Amino acid sequence: MEFLINIAEIILTTIFDVLPIVVILFVFQALVIRKKPARLKTIMIGFVYVLVGLSLFLIGLDEALFPLGKLMAQQLTDPGFLGIEKGEDVHWGDYLWVYAFAAAIGFSATIAEPSLIAVSIKAQEVSGGAMKAFELRIAVAIGVAIGVAIGTFRIVTGTPLPYYIMAGYIVVIIQTFLASKMIIPLAYDSGGVTTSTVTVPVVAALGLGLASTIPGRSPLIDGFGLIAFASVFPIVSVLGYDMASTWLRRRDKPDSKEEAQWTSK
Amino acid sequence: MDQGLEMGLFPIGEAMAQAMAKKESRTVLLRFAFALGFGTTVAEPALIAVTAEAAKIAGAAGAIVDTTEAKGSYAFWLRITVALSVGSALVLGVFRILVGWPIQYFIIGGYILVIVITGFAPEEIVGIAYDSGGVTTSTITVPLVTALGVGLASTIKGRNPMLDGFGLIAFASLTPMIFVMIFGMLA
Repeated sequence: MEFLINIAEIILTTIFDVLPIVVILFVFQALVIRKKPARLKTIMIGFVYVLVGLSLFLIGLDEALFPLGKLMAQQLTDPGFLGIEKGEDVHWGDYLWVYAFAAAIGFSATIAEPSLIAVSIKAQEVSGGAMKAFELRIAVAIGVAIGVAIGTFRIVTGTPLPYYIMAGYIVVIIQTFLASKMIIPLAYDSGGVTTSTVTVPVVAALGLGLASTIPGRSPLIDGFGLIAFASVFPIVSVLGYDMASTWLRRRDKPDSKEEAQWTSK
Repeated sequence: MDQGLEMGLFPIGEAMAQAMAKKESRTVLLRFAFALGFGTTVAEPALIAVTAEAAKIAGAAGAIVDTTEAKGSYAFWLRITVALSVGSALVLGVFRILVGWPIQYFIIGGYILVIVITGFAPEEIVGIAYDSGGVTTSTITVPLVTALGVGLASTIKGRNPMLDGFGLIAFASLTPMIFVMIFGMLA
């Protein structure tokens, strides 16, 4: 019974959460565009799906994804599992499984991310096939994997988050001057695109779980930040991917123009 | 949910982005960009989850009063702050598409701003602020915003969809960091 009340509550909250966008879209449709949208009935049914889906998603998040991420983090940092004595000082090398798990979960969650799939398909379409959708997804997933792994290393060592992010920014700025002009907006976008429905809850729960189990870490200061890593490192990896492919092309055909792949469209 | 997006949100969002792009009035377009950013972000499930979690931890750590009411209001205002910042980001991003300036000046400028504000923000908010950048842009926002950017850049003369169409998400992941840190300084 309590579970049903819980569901009803979440559905009600969801209605209030989705309401603003529905209002915005319909107000602009009615006042600015002034056209009755085609297939209005399908659109209305679609909104019902959004409501139901969103509610179920939020319940699933509470009941499964958050606890699962925390549980995995707890088990991987358990002193018994790591073979260290309680009260001993933390050494970053004891947590190798945590980094491996973080990288694996970062990579696989990103590959499955629906919004990344949507954007990479759009990028392939817009670039006239010069940018391969699948290669972009792999590049982004590698970036997220490295980012989340370094992020868990930061939680283990308790070093300040801003230093890492600033270092990431500096690398991005240097790469911006070296990479092809055409890739830059897409690379910048890939940072925000990656961290979505699947990745955010799992990664956030992993961070909070780690920060609460590792001795001397505060969930508030150390628990957050993994998503920030996952949004900066894909920029580095996508720009890096572009630089590597440009370099390979130049090596094969020394006289080809730098932006040749983009202008071929 | 995905099917619902495809049937309900995608067609209406994309058609409107295209209709807007053809409109002459820049004010209407910028207003639409703000409303779109604000509306999609307020409804973002990942953001709802993370702000609730942030409030729980802020309450437990004594950063705010540990009552359901105080935590609810903290999470709510955090969400509003992030939604406002995404609205502003889309205004700035759409403006950039209209004038055709290179994105890197904006983003590098934003990075510098983030670094400077980090120096003044309370330590507890920095992690949440940095995370909020990535959290905002997900299932509802990304398809709508990408459609808007590419649609605009393809419609406006002299703009390249690859060079000018992408980049709105980058703005939307940068401004929340700045806004949330300021939220932390004021709250």
